[in-house]
Amino acid sequence: MPRPGLVLDVDRSTPPVLFHHGEQFRFERLPAGRSRIIYPAEPLEPLADPEGAIAHALANPLGDSEPLAALLRPGMKLTIAFDDISLPLPPMRAPDIRQRVIEQVLDLAAAAGVDDVMLIAALALHRRMTADELRHAVGNRVYDAFAPHGLLVNHDAEDPDNLLEIGTTRHGEVVEINRRAAESDLIVYVNINLVAMDGGWKSTATGLSSYRSLRHHHNVETMEHSRSFMDRHNSELHHSNWRMGEVLRDAGVKVFQIETTMNNDVFGTTGPMAVLQKREWEWSTRDRMSVRAMKTALDAMSPRARRSVFHSWRAPHAMTSVQAGEVEAVHEVTTANVYAQHLVPVEGQTDVLTMGLPYIGPYNVNSIMNPILVMCLGLGYFFNLYRGRPLVREGGVIIMSHPTPWDFHPVHHPSYIDFFEQVLADTTDPREIEARYERQYAEDEWYRHLYRTSHAYHGVHPFYMWYWGAHALAHVGRVIIVGGDRDAVRRLGFTPASSLSDALEMASDTVGPQPTITHLHNPPILMADVT
Amino acid sequence: MRALVYRRRPLRFAAAAAAGRVAPGAGAGVGPLGLDDVDAPDLPGPGWVRIAPRLSGICGSDLATIDGQSSRWFEPVVSFPFVPGHEVVADVVADADADAAGVAAGRVVLEPVLGCVARGIDPVCDACERGDLGNCERITMGALAPGLQSGFCCDTGGGWGAAMVAHASQLHRVPDHLDDAAAVMVEPTACAVHAALSSHIEPGATVLVLGAGTLGLTTLAAVRHFCDPGTVIAVAKHPHQREWARTLGADVVAAPQETSRAVRRATGTLAVGDGPITRLAGGADVVIDCVGSADSLAVALEVVRPRGRVTLVGMAGHTRLDLTGLWQREVALVGAYAYGTETLPDGTRRRTFDLAFDLVAAADLGRLVTATYPLARYRDAIAHAADAGSRGAVKVAFDLRRGPRHDHDPDHDPGVS
Repeated sequence: MPRPGLVLDVDRSTPPVLFHHGEQFRFERLPAGRSRIIYPAEPLEPLADPEGAIAHALANPLGDSEPLAALLRPGMKLTIAFDDISLPLPPMRAPDIRQRVIEQVLDLAAAAGVDDVMLIAALALHRRMTADELRHAVGNRVYDAFAPHGLLVNHDAEDPDNLLEIGTTRHGEVVEINRRAAESDLIVYVNINLVAMDGGWKSTATGLSSYRSLRHHHNVETMEHSRSFMDRHNSELHHSNWRMGEVLRDAGVKVFQIETTMNNDVFGTTGPMAVLQKREWEWSTRDRMSVRAMKTALDAMSPRARRSVFHSWRAPHAMTSVQAGEVEAVHEVTTANVYAQHLVPVEGQTDVLTMGLPYIGPYNVNSIMNPILVMCLGLGYFFNLYRGRPLVREGGVIIMSHPTPWDFHPVHHPSYIDFFEQVLADTTDPREIEARYERQYAEDEWYRHLYRTSHAYHGVHPFYMWYWGAHALAHVGRVIIVGGDRDAVRRLGFTPASSLSDALEMASDTVGPQPTITHLHNPPILMADVT
Repeated sequence: MRALVYRRRPLRFAAAAAAGRVAPGAGAGVGPLGLDDVDAPDLPGPGWVRIAPRLSGICGSDLATIDGQSSRWFEPVVSFPFVPGHEVVADVVADADADAAGVAAGRVVLEPVLGCVARGIDPVCDACERGDLGNCERITMGALAPGLQSGFCCDTGGGWGAAMVAHASQLHRVPDHLDDAAAVMVEPTACAVHAALSSHIEPGATVLVLGAGTLGLTTLAAVRHFCDPGTVIAVAKHPHQREWARTLGADVVAAPQETSRAVRRATGTLAVGDGPITRLAGGADVVIDCVGSADSLAVALEVVRPRGRVTLVGMAGHTRLDLTGLWQREVALVGAYAYGTETLPDGTRRRTFDLAFDLVAAADLGRLVTATYPLARYRDAIAHAADAGSRGAVKVAFDLRRGPRHDHDPDHDPGVS
C-alpha cells in the first residue's frame, strides 16, 4: 500500500535535504524548529491490465457518449489527436501510454471500416516533434503505418489553410482550431494527464488551436486570475477553455475524450536514480553512498554530458486510470485520480518557500532549461501546485535552486534568446511585456518560419512562459535563486545567492527574522492542498 | 620644450609590437615613444603660426602606432621623429608671425590634415580643390616633410608637446561657449560627421554602428543629428558605453554577441538556417564599422542587407576576411577617413569641422572627455586610453594647461583630473 504524502517538521535530527539543482543536486540543512518539508505520496499502484482498462473505458464511456465502437462507421472522417512531447515528464519508457491507447482506437476504427484516419500531435505553439519523438509516442506499428503517408502530422498553428474559425464565446473569445480536426466526424483526443492542469476542454481548445485563439487565455490577466491553474474550478485559464469547449460542442465538433493518469514513479524503485524517490531519513547506507557518488560524478561532468545523462532517462511511471467519453464527465474523474496521487494536505502558509528545480520541465524535453524556463518551472508550475491558497504567503519569498545557465537551445528556443536579450533587458513586468512586445514576437516572420519548418517553439512562447509566472510575481515579495548564473538571474529580475544560508539571510530582509520555511520536495510531483 | 617624441627605432618598434599584443598600451613603456626635451618646431613658411596646445586627445590611430600595430601603409606618409597628437585645442601664440598670417590670439581647434594649401602647393590637387581635404593627393610633397596630418610630420610638431606650428588654414576659432573639453572633441567628431554623411543613409534606413568608443559614440550622434534614419542600433561592449549610446540617440543597444539578433529584430528579416544565426537573409541598410577589426568587418558583412553599405571608419590594418558574402550580396564596402567638405541631405555643402562644432555643442560631446593626464604620466595615460572601455572611460587626453609651458619637472604635474 503506497504511503501518502506528508509534511515533515524539521528538527535537529533531520538529515540534509536533497535539492534538485538542474542536472545536479545540492544537500541543504533547513533550520530546525521553523522549517517543514512536504513530501509527495509514493507511487500509486498501477493498473494491473492497462490494455484491458483501455478497452473497458472505450466500451463504457462516461457522460453523454456512446461507446467508441458505436461512433465509428465506414466513410467517416476520423482524427486522433494526442498530447505532444511536453507530456509526460520525464518521457516514459516504451510503450508510451499514447501508443497503448491509439493502437486500440485504430483497431476499433479498422474493425468498423474507417479508412480516413489522421493522427495529429496537438502541440499548439510548442515545437514540432521529431520523427523519433513521434515514433516513441505512438509506437513503431502506428508510426510506420501512418507517417510515410502523411497521415501522422504535427499540428501547424500557422497554416492558414488548415485552420478553421468555429465561432466566438460569449466573452468574445475566437475559437479557431485545426481544420482537419474540426471537419472530422469525430475527434478522438488521447491525453496523458500528468498534472491537474491537463485535459478537459483544454486539450482540443488549446492543443489544436492557433495564436488567434490561444491569446484569449494565454495572457497576464487570465494567469493572474488562475488560482491556481492546477485547480480547474478556480482557474480562469480553464474557464476560458471550457467556454471555447461550449462553442465547439454547439458547432457540432464531436470529441471523444480519452484521459489517462499516471503514478509518481519517476525514478523507479531499482537502479541508480531510485534513491531520488526515497525520503532522506529513510536512506540506507548504500543509498547515501549512491547519491553522494552520483553527485560527485555529475559535478565532475561537463554541462553537456550531464544533460545527456539526464535526458536519456526514461521514467517507469505507469498508468493508474483511464477514462473515456464525454469531455467534462471524463475530466472530473481524471482530476480526482490525479489528485489522489498528488494532493498533500498542508496547514497554513509559509514565509519562505524553497524548491529545488529539476533538469526537466514541459518545454525542454531533449533540450536546454534556459533561464526563462527556469522562471516558468519555478514560478509557473511549482508555485501553482496548490489548491486553496498558495503555499507561500503574500509578500513572502521564493527561493529556487537551479544553475540557471545563460544558455539556450538555438533550434528549439530562438525567440527565447531574443526575449532574454531584448525584452527582459528592458522590463520584467508581465503586463508591460505583453503590451509592448507580444505582437512583435507573435507575428515575426522568422519565428513563424522556424516554428513551421524546423523544431522551434512559436515566437510568442517565451511570453507565455513569463505569463505563467505572473501570479507568483504579483504574489511574492522576492525571488532568490541559489547557485545560478548571477547575470542570468539578475536579468530575470531575481536575486542571486551562492548558498541557501545566504538566500535565507537575504529573505529575512523581506519577511523578517526567523521566518517559517517550507520546502516543496518535488519531483516526484506533489500538489499542496493548503488550508 | 617638453614633448612626447616618436622616433624611428626598429628594435623598439618590434618590442612595442610584442608588448602591445600582450597588453594594449604597453608599447608606451618599451617602444619608440619617449618624453623628451626638444626644440620647438620652426615655422615652415608664411601663413604658419605657433600654437600652444591646451588639451590633446589620444586617438585609436595613436594607440595603434604606439603599440606597433599600425600598418606599414603609413611609412611613406609620415616623417620621423614626430610628436604625436592631432586632436588639439590650443592657444595661438600672439606674435608677429601670427599677425602676418592674419591669425588673432585665442583658442583654436586644429584641423590636422596637411593638404596642398598647408604645404604651399599651388595649384592645389583636385581633391583639395573640391574641399575634400582628407583625400589630398600631395601629402608627401611641397614645403613640408611627408605627413598625412600634423602629429605625424616631423616639421609641425604635435599636440603631445608644449608647442607646435600650424598653418592658418588649419585653424578653427573656438567659440566662447565651448570649453576645452568640448573643443578637443571637435576633431574626432569631424571624423564621425564624415563617416555618417558619407554613408548615404536614406530616410528611414536601419543603421548599425559597431563600436562605442569615441568614434562609435560620436558617429552615433552624427547619424542622429545629420541624417534621418529609421532605427539606429548601437553595438557596445561595456555598460557605460551602452548608457552613452542610449543617451546619444541609439534606438537599440546590443552587446557584441547580440548583434545579429538585434539587427534581425529591427529589420524583421529572416535568418539563414535554424541554429545559431550566422547570417541574415536581409539586414541593415548601412553598417558603420567604428572598430575596424577582422571580427567587426565579418559581423558587418553578416548583417548588412544585399546591396547595403558598410562604411569602415575604424582603422583596419592587415585583415583576413571572407569576402564571399560581399560578392554574392553585392555589398559596398567603403572607407571613411578624416574630413573636408560634406554634402548634407538637403544638398548644401559645408566644411566638416563647421558641422562638427555644431554637433559637439548640440550633443554636449565634451562630456565624453573622461580623464586628462599631464605629459609626464604618459604611460598611465596611454594605458588608460588603450583600456578605456573596461575602465569606464571614453576619451582620454593630455592636459598641457597646467604648470609652466616648458616645465621639465614631472613632480610639478598635478595629476589626473
